[in-house]
Amino acid sequence: MIRVHLPAHLRTLANVSGEVTLAIAGPVTQRAVLNALEAEYPMLRGTLRDHVTQVRRPFVRFFACSEDLSHESPDAALPEVVAAGVEPFLVVGAIAGG
Amino acid sequence: MSQVRVSVGTRKGAFILTSDAKREHWDVSGPHFAGWEIYHVKGSPVDPNRLYASQSSGWFGQLIQRSDDGGKTWAPVGNQFTYDGIPGTHQWYDGTAHPWEFKRVWHLEPSLTELDTVYAGVEDAAMFRSTDGGTSWHELSGLRGHGTGPKWQPGAGGLCLHTIVIDPKNPQRIYIAISAAGAFRTEDGGTTWQPINRGLHSEFLPDSDAEVGHCVHRIAIHHSRPDVLFMQKHWEIMRSDDSGNNWHKVSGNLPTDFGFPIEVHAHEPDTIYVVPIKSDTEHFPLEGKLRVYRSRTGGNEWEALTKGLPQSDCYVNVLRDAMSSDRLDPCGIYFGTTGGQVYASPDAGDNWKAIVHDLPAVLSVEVQTLT
Repeated sequence: MIRVHLPAHLRTLANVSGEVTLAIAGPVTQRAVLNALEAEYPMLRGTLRDHVTQVRRPFVRFFACSEDLSHESPDAALPEVVAAGVEPFLVVGAIAGG
Repeated sequence: MSQVRVSVGTRKGAFILTSDAKREHWDVSGPHFAGWEIYHVKGSPVDPNRLYASQSSGWFGQLIQRSDDGGKTWAPVGNQFTYDGIPGTHQWYDGTAHPWEFKRVWHLEPSLTELDTVYAGVEDAAMFRSTDGGTSWHELSGLRGHGTGPKWQPGAGGLCLHTIVIDPKNPQRIYIAISAAGAFRTEDGGTTWQPINRGLHSEFLPDSDAEVGHCVHRIAIHHSRPDVLFMQKHWEIMRSDDSGNNWHKVSGNLPTDFGFPIEVHAHEPDTIYVVPIKSDTEHFPLEGKLRVYRSRTGGNEWEALTKGLPQSDCYVNVLRDAMSSDRLDPCGIYFGTTGGQVYASPDAGDNWKAIVHDLPAVLSVEVQTLT
């Protein structure tokens, strides 16, 4: 199972607490994770990426294993430890304010 | 006994304020959607417990929430606002062509007759309609595509469609307003549109009497007389007696005629309210005195209403959707400020009281009278 950590506002929106876990058949990529996330929690559609273009929203970041994967191809394989459920896939709201 | 429900949208959530008909004691519910910008919350006249809320954030975009129990519980509905066809371009601030991009929903207007029909005014300016209670949204693209769209230019707040007024005697006739394109009218329920800006005069335009480009801030009508429209333009209070075909200025003796909201008394079609603001660069009341102005003559003759409002060192703003009225007798008038106060007058503006003091900056105030 893939572990996904959502920011607080999206946990509230999805009515979940803590991490969510997702079953993914096939290659574990950003796109596969987001597809599975939106299928399980349809209220999150449009909050992480555009409905039509599927481009990541500018102030949303994707981290894993202490790396920023936001600019990786959505079809690139995620680290094996994420695919194995050892490390979570982190959805992060970019810092803003002052 | 009648009740009043005031739905307040703020920079950091929504609040629902309720009172009995005396309007002396208020219960406050919220924040709903804490931390999110709530541009607008509005109830359906068909079923007052059906509320829609526009919820957005810079991080996570646009959501639409729906309540079927008067705001006690909410559920997200559809949030896909996709322009019809190839969006094309409008003017950018520097006059160059800029592609249409959806940013947020400014205003939600439930149908007066159909429970599951609701209209959304969005930025970049367009109008959408849902006929399934907000589950799916479809653009009424005849507005953007009627011909002048490439000339529309954003105001300081963006290119936003912020005002939707449905004619209560003819639901096929709808008025909308866009900053900074002007006012438009449809006679066929949103399929085709025409600009209705004759008589508007805007010094910031190369042609100050142009067909489009005016920064209309809000339009209001009285339900008994929907052919008469009142407008708060960027500067100037305007009135039309022919469904928007022609406008004339009714600023009269106002100390300044810049402002955002305009509202009509529930029972007196010629009694209207504005909140004059010093200028387009100083968005606060003149002389630090928060004054609502009331005209009982449909404009031109205005009186200041000050009792209960701060008359020194007040530098808040009152935004375009942040004023509303109830339908009780005497009529109650309500408005919210960027300082987080919501003021109410249970006697048509003669006396005011802050029913909440310290909310986040108020973006919108809508009032329902429940019987």
